[in-house]
Amino acid sequence: MLDLLTSFFLVVGGLFALIGSIGLARLPDLFMRLHGPTKATTLGVGGILIASMLHFSSLDSGLSLHELLVALFLLITAPVSAHLIARTMIHLRGGTGTVVDEREAGPQQGGTDQR
Amino acid sequence: MKRWLPQPLFSLSLWGVWLLLGNTLAPGQILLGGLLALALPLFTVRFWPDRPRLRRPLRILTYILMLLWDITVANLTVARLILHPTRKLRPAFIRLPLDLGNDFAIVVLTNTISLTPGTVSADLSLDRRSLLIHALDVDDVEQTIARIKHRYERPLQEIFAC
Repeated sequence: MLDLLTSFFLVVGGLFALIGSIGLARLPDLFMRLHGPTKATTLGVGGILIASMLHFSSLDSGLSLHELLVALFLLITAPVSAHLIARTMIHLRGGTGTVVDEREAGPQQGGTDQR
Repeated sequence: MKRWLPQPLFSLSLWGVWLLLGNTLAPGQILLGGLLALALPLFTVRFWPDRPRLRRPLRILTYILMLLWDITVANLTVARLILHPTRKLRPAFIRLPLDLGNDFAIVVLTNTISLTPGTVSADLSLDRRSLLIHALDVDDVEQTIARIKHRYERPLQEIFAC
């Protein structure tokens, strides 16, 4: 029974990781591609972690919860790297345009270019 | 109390992380983790110039639960968008005006936005007054902004008292 549940979560996790990767491959531009890895992959890894918790908790060694830490760190780091990539892209593209101009105009205006 | 335990919540999470890292509840580890949880905030307190004041710590729990639910929904939404080739996506950049006065709260909001349906935070303005968001598929810009402000920013304002 527990094995069934474990494999269910493994399959679901694997499926979402796959969908995330497909998104990464076929969405048309960089900003849209970011959506794949930040979202679908979160649930993908989440499913696999739940499966891991179930499996190792059912063994003799007792409750296994350190997967929670993996989930926590993933939730913290995935958006940060996505933000970093997006930001880099914006600043590269606006390198000679609005971003620089706004910055020279003073920090009060702030912000970046808008498509 | 204030002197020996400057950041109770930080201590508690350190302790939790220590026990989770060891994946154990052995008495020795509980003791060692507890000591570290007491000592680390004491030694690092001076590196936190403006640490966020939590006004309603219990509200964090409901926020996290809501976030977990929204992440699940977000995954399904994005998966559907990715797998439907016929559907025309309407990506857009949205500028979200910020009402949060605390850096830490802004970080939490930024992460939340990246993890929830169809939006990734892209850039924070230099004056920290607005956030640039990229959305994968937008019907109504105003509605998206209103949803984020109502669902995530308001609770964060309550939690961090800013």
